[in-house]
Amino acid sequence: MSKQRRDVFQAIADPTRRSILALLALQSMTPNALAEKFETTRQAVSKHITILSECGLVTSEQKGREIFYKLEAEKIKEVDHWLEQFRKIWETKFSQLDELLSNLKNNEQ
Amino acid sequence: MINLNETKIEKTSPTTLLVTRTFNAPLSLVWSAWTQQELLDQWWAPKPWITKTKSMDFSEGGLWLYAMCGPEGEIHWCRIDYKTITKEVNFTAKDAFCDENGTPNTEIPGMNWSNTFSPTGDTTDVSVEITFVNETALEQIIEMGFKEGFTMAHGNLDELLLSLK
Repeated sequence: MSKQRRDVFQAIADPTRRSILALLALQSMTPNALAEKFETTRQAVSKHITILSECGLVTSEQKGREIFYKLEAEKIKEVDHWLEQFRKIWETKFSQLDELLSNLKNNEQ
Repeated sequence: MINLNETKIEKTSPTTLLVTRTFNAPLSLVWSAWTQQELLDQWWAPKPWITKTKSMDFSEGGLWLYAMCGPEGEIHWCRIDYKTITKEVNFTAKDAFCDENGTPNTEIPGMNWSNTFSPTGDTTDVSVEITFVNETALEQIIEMGFKEGFTMAHGNLDELLLSLK
Protein backbone atom coordinates (compact mmCIF):
# COMPACT_ATOMS: atom_id res chain seq x y z
CA MET A 1 0.00 0.00 0.00
CA SER A 2 1.38 3.36 -0.94
CA LYS A 3 1.86 5.87 1.81
CA GLN A 4 -0.80 8.56 2.02
CA ARG A 5 0.52 11.81 0.63
CA ARG A 6 0.99 14.61 3.06
CA ASP A 7 -1.64 16.99 1.82
CA VAL A 8 -3.47 19.38 4.09
CA PHE A 9 -6.20 20.15 1.61
CA GLN A 10 -6.97 16.51 1.15
CA ALA A 11 -7.03 16.17 4.90
CA ILE A 12 -9.72 18.78 5.38
CA ALA A 13 -11.72 17.76 2.30
CA ASP A 14 -13.14 14.63 3.97
CA PRO A 15 -16.22 15.05 6.21
CA THR A 16 -15.13 12.40 8.72
CA ARG A 17 -11.74 14.04 9.05
CA ARG A 18 -13.39 17.40 9.55
CA SER A 19 -15.52 15.88 12.31
CA ILE A 20 -12.41 14.41 13.93
CA LEU A 21 -10.75 17.82 13.83
CA ALA A 22 -13.87 19.42 15.31
CA LEU A 23 -13.92 16.91 18.17
CA LEU A 24 -10.23 17.34 18.87
CA ALA A 25 -10.69 21.10 18.86
CA LEU A 26 -12.74 20.66 22.05
CA GLN A 27 -10.36 18.32 23.82
CA SER A 28 -7.62 15.78 23.26
CA MET A 29 -9.00 12.26 22.96
CA THR A 30 -7.83 8.67 23.11
CA PRO A 31 -8.20 6.48 20.01
CA ASN A 32 -11.04 4.56 21.67
CA ALA A 33 -12.98 7.62 22.78
CA LEU A 34 -12.65 9.05 19.31
CA ALA A 35 -13.71 5.85 17.55
CA GLU A 36 -16.84 5.66 19.69
CA LYS A 37 -18.06 8.93 18.19
CA PHE A 38 -18.28 7.43 14.74
CA GLU A 39 -20.38 4.70 13.25
CA THR A 40 -17.61 3.53 10.97
CA THR A 41 -15.08 0.92 12.01
CA ARG A 42 -12.22 1.67 14.32
CA GLN A 43 -9.85 0.90 11.47
CA ALA A 44 -11.49 3.54 9.30
CA VAL A 45 -11.17 6.13 12.05
CA SER A 46 -7.59 5.09 12.63
CA LYS A 47 -6.81 5.51 8.95
CA HIS A 48 -8.22 9.03 9.00
CA ILE A 49 -6.11 9.81 12.06
CA THR A 50 -3.02 8.58 10.25
CA ILE A 51 -3.70 10.94 7.36
CA LEU A 52 -4.29 13.85 9.73
CA SER A 53 -1.05 13.02 11.56
CA GLU A 54 0.91 12.89 8.32
CA CYS A 55 -0.41 16.34 7.50
CA GLY A 56 0.72 17.64 10.85
CA LEU A 57 -2.84 18.54 11.83
CA VAL A 58 -2.98 16.00 14.65
CA THR A 59 -0.23 14.84 17.00
CA SER A 60 -0.28 12.14 19.65
CA GLU A 61 0.81 12.42 23.25
CA GLN A 62 1.47 9.61 25.65
CA LYS A 63 -0.15 10.19 29.05
CA GLY A 64 0.45 7.31 31.37
CA ARG A 65 -0.69 4.24 29.55
CA GLU A 66 -2.97 6.10 27.18
CA ILE A 67 -2.34 7.84 23.90
CA PHE A 68 -4.17 11.10 23.33
CA TYR A 69 -4.66 12.73 19.98
CA LYS A 70 -4.28 16.48 19.97
CA LEU A 71 -5.22 19.09 17.42
CA GLU A 72 -2.46 21.30 16.03
CA ALA A 73 -4.59 24.42 15.88
CA GLU A 74 -1.90 26.66 14.38
CA LYS A 75 -1.59 24.41 11.37
CA ILE A 76 -5.32 24.58 10.72
CA LYS A 77 -5.24 28.34 10.97
CA GLU A 78 -2.54 28.51 8.32
CA VAL A 79 -4.66 26.55 5.88
CA ASP A 80 -7.83 28.48 6.63
CA HIS A 81 -6.06 31.76 6.38
CA TRP A 82 -4.35 30.89 3.12
CA LEU A 83 -7.50 29.61 1.47
CA GLU A 84 -9.38 32.67 2.64
CA GLN A 85 -6.74 34.97 1.18
CA PHE A 86 -6.64 32.98 -2.03
CA ARG A 87 -10.41 33.26 -2.33
CA LYS A 88 -10.39 36.99 -1.56
CA ILE A 89 -7.80 37.67 -4.23
CA TRP A 90 -9.81 35.85 -6.85
CA GLU A 91 -13.05 37.47 -5.75
CA THR A 92 -11.43 40.89 -6.01
CA LYS A 93 -10.09 40.12 -9.47
CA PHE A 94 -13.38 38.67 -10.62
CA SER A 95 -15.45 41.58 -9.36
CA GLN A 96 -13.12 43.87 -11.33
CA LEU A 97 -13.70 41.64 -14.33
CA ASP A 98 -17.48 41.79 -13.76
CA GLU A 99 -17.27 45.56 -13.88
CA LEU A 100 -15.16 45.53 -17.03
CA LEU A 101 -17.51 43.07 -18.76
CA SER A 102 -20.49 45.17 -17.80
CA ASN A 103 -18.83 48.24 -19.37
CA LEU A 104 -17.91 46.30 -22.49
CA LYS A 105 -21.50 45.09 -22.86
CA ASN A 106 -22.83 48.63 -22.52
CA ASN A 107 -20.38 49.88 -25.12
CA GLU A 108 -21.51 47.23 -27.56
CA GLN A 109 -25.14 48.20 -27.26
CA MET B 1 -25.67 45.74 -10.92
CA ILE B 2 -25.01 43.36 -8.09
CA ASN B 3 -23.30 40.19 -9.14
CA LEU B 4 -24.00 37.23 -6.92
CA ASN B 5 -21.96 34.72 -8.86
CA GLU B 6 -19.99 32.59 -6.47
CA THR B 7 -16.30 31.88 -6.82
CA LYS B 8 -15.74 28.21 -6.09
CA ILE B 9 -12.39 26.83 -5.11
CA GLU B 10 -11.82 23.10 -5.03
CA LYS B 11 -8.81 20.93 -4.68
CA THR B 12 -9.15 18.39 -7.46
CA SER B 13 -5.87 16.51 -7.10
CA PRO B 14 -2.86 16.63 -4.79
CA THR B 15 -1.34 19.31 -7.01
CA THR B 16 -4.36 21.05 -8.49
CA LEU B 17 -6.64 23.86 -7.43
CA LEU B 18 -9.74 24.52 -9.49
CA VAL B 19 -11.31 27.96 -9.41
CA THR B 20 -14.69 28.28 -11.12
CA ARG B 21 -16.86 31.31 -11.70
CA THR B 22 -19.77 32.39 -13.90
CA PHE B 23 -19.68 35.78 -15.62
CA ASN B 24 -22.76 37.62 -16.82
CA ALA B 25 -21.41 38.25 -20.30
CA PRO B 26 -21.25 36.35 -23.56
CA LEU B 27 -18.34 34.05 -24.33
CA SER B 28 -16.68 36.36 -26.86
CA LEU B 29 -16.39 39.20 -24.35
CA VAL B 30 -15.15 37.00 -21.53
CA TRP B 31 -12.57 35.42 -23.83
CA SER B 32 -11.37 38.88 -24.90
CA ALA B 33 -11.06 40.01 -21.29
CA TRP B 34 -8.78 37.06 -20.53
CA THR B 35 -6.66 37.28 -23.65
CA GLN B 36 -6.27 40.93 -24.68
CA GLN B 37 -3.66 43.07 -23.03
CA GLU B 38 -5.62 46.29 -22.79
CA LEU B 39 -8.47 44.43 -21.07
CA LEU B 40 -6.27 42.25 -18.84
CA ASP B 41 -4.52 45.39 -17.62
CA GLN B 42 -7.86 46.59 -16.27
CA TRP B 43 -8.65 43.65 -14.03
CA TRP B 44 -5.79 41.16 -13.63
CA ALA B 45 -4.24 42.79 -10.58
CA PRO B 46 -6.45 42.92 -7.49
CA LYS B 47 -6.81 46.43 -6.14
CA PRO B 48 -4.86 48.38 -5.06
CA TRP B 49 -2.31 46.70 -7.30
CA ILE B 50 -2.24 47.45 -11.00
CA THR B 51 -1.00 45.58 -14.04
CA LYS B 52 1.34 47.17 -16.56
CA THR B 53 2.04 45.24 -19.71
CA LYS B 54 5.45 45.44 -21.32
CA SER B 55 4.71 43.07 -24.19
CA MET B 56 1.93 40.74 -25.18
CA ASP B 57 1.81 38.04 -27.81
CA PHE B 58 -1.26 35.89 -27.27
CA SER B 59 -0.35 32.96 -29.49
CA GLU B 60 0.96 29.45 -28.93
CA GLY B 61 4.58 29.92 -27.91
CA GLY B 62 3.98 33.62 -27.28
CA LEU B 63 4.21 35.38 -23.98
CA TRP B 64 2.72 38.15 -21.88
CA LEU B 65 5.35 40.09 -19.97
CA TYR B 66 3.89 42.38 -17.37
CA ALA B 67 4.54 44.03 -14.06
CA MET B 68 2.39 43.94 -10.98
CA CYS B 69 2.74 47.36 -9.40
CA GLY B 70 1.88 47.88 -5.76
CA PRO B 71 0.65 50.98 -3.94
CA GLU B 72 4.04 51.56 -2.33
CA GLY B 73 6.07 51.33 -5.51
CA GLU B 74 6.60 47.58 -5.39
CA ILE B 75 7.14 46.01 -8.80
CA HIS B 76 7.05 42.30 -9.55
CA TRP B 77 7.69 41.21 -13.10
CA CYS B 78 5.80 38.20 -14.34
CA ARG B 79 5.62 36.28 -17.56
CA ILE B 80 2.88 34.02 -18.82
CA ASP B 81 3.95 31.68 -21.60
CA TYR B 82 1.06 30.51 -23.71
CA LYS B 83 1.27 26.86 -24.67
CA THR B 84 -1.98 25.84 -26.35
CA ILE B 85 -4.87 27.99 -27.49
CA THR B 86 -8.26 26.83 -28.73
CA LYS B 87 -10.12 30.03 -29.41
CA GLU B 88 -13.05 30.68 -27.08
CA VAL B 89 -12.67 27.22 -25.54
CA ASN B 90 -9.42 26.87 -23.62
CA PHE B 91 -5.89 28.09 -23.26
CA THR B 92 -3.03 26.66 -21.29
CA ALA B 93 -0.07 28.60 -20.03
CA LYS B 94 2.82 28.57 -17.62
CA ASP B 95 3.44 31.47 -15.30
CA ALA B 96 6.71 32.49 -13.73
CA PHE B 97 8.28 35.39 -11.97
CA CYS B 98 11.05 37.07 -13.91
CA ASP B 99 12.98 40.28 -14.30
CA GLU B 100 11.98 43.16 -16.55
CA ASN B 101 13.63 41.47 -19.51
CA GLY B 102 11.59 38.35 -18.98
CA THR B 103 14.46 36.25 -17.65
CA PRO B 104 12.67 33.72 -15.45
CA ASN B 105 13.43 33.42 -11.77
CA THR B 106 14.60 29.82 -11.62
CA GLU B 107 14.49 29.66 -7.83
CA ILE B 108 10.72 29.94 -7.84
CA PRO B 109 9.00 27.17 -9.76
CA GLY B 110 6.15 28.32 -11.96
CA MET B 111 2.62 27.04 -12.08
CA ASN B 112 0.67 25.67 -14.99
CA TRP B 113 -2.69 27.10 -15.88
CA SER B 114 -5.54 25.67 -17.91
CA ASN B 115 -8.41 28.09 -18.42
CA THR B 116 -11.61 26.76 -19.89
CA PHE B 117 -14.55 28.83 -21.12
CA SER B 118 -18.07 27.44 -21.59
CA PRO B 119 -21.06 29.48 -22.73
CA THR B 120 -24.31 28.92 -20.80
CA GLY B 121 -26.96 31.04 -22.47
CA ASP B 122 -26.09 34.69 -21.89
CA THR B 123 -23.47 33.87 -19.31
CA THR B 124 -20.09 32.22 -19.45
CA ASP B 125 -18.55 29.72 -17.05
CA VAL B 126 -14.83 29.97 -16.59
CA SER B 127 -12.70 27.35 -14.88
CA VAL B 128 -9.14 28.08 -13.91
CA GLU B 129 -7.12 24.99 -13.16
CA ILE B 130 -3.87 25.80 -11.42
CA THR B 131 -1.38 22.97 -11.21
CA PHE B 132 1.55 23.19 -8.85
CA VAL B 133 4.87 21.57 -9.67
CA ASN B 134 4.64 18.78 -7.15
CA GLU B 135 2.44 17.44 -4.42
CA THR B 136 4.14 19.27 -1.60
CA ALA B 137 4.23 22.63 -3.36
CA LEU B 138 0.85 23.72 -2.06
CA GLU B 139 1.81 22.92 1.47
CA GLN B 140 5.14 24.67 1.04
CA ILE B 141 3.21 27.63 -0.24
CA ILE B 142 1.09 27.74 2.86
CA GLU B 143 4.00 27.27 5.22
CA MET B 144 6.24 29.83 3.55
CA GLY B 145 3.40 32.28 3.18
CA PHE B 146 2.76 32.48 6.84
CA LYS B 147 6.00 31.60 8.53
CA GLU B 148 7.76 34.36 6.64
CA GLY B 149 5.21 36.74 8.01
CA PHE B 150 3.84 37.78 4.70
CA THR B 151 1.00 40.20 5.18
CA MET B 152 -1.77 40.76 2.77
CA ALA B 153 -3.92 43.63 3.90
CA HIS B 154 -5.62 43.95 0.57
CA GLY B 155 -4.89 40.59 -0.89
CA ASN B 156 -2.80 39.95 -3.93
CA LEU B 157 -2.35 36.61 -5.55
CA ASP B 158 0.85 37.30 -7.38
CA GLU B 159 2.41 38.85 -4.35
CA LEU B 160 1.32 35.89 -2.32
CA LEU B 161 2.55 33.38 -4.83
CA LEU B 162 5.84 35.19 -5.16
CA SER B 163 6.51 34.62 -1.51
CA LEU B 164 5.25 31.10 -1.61
CA LYS B 165 6.30 29.36 -4.74
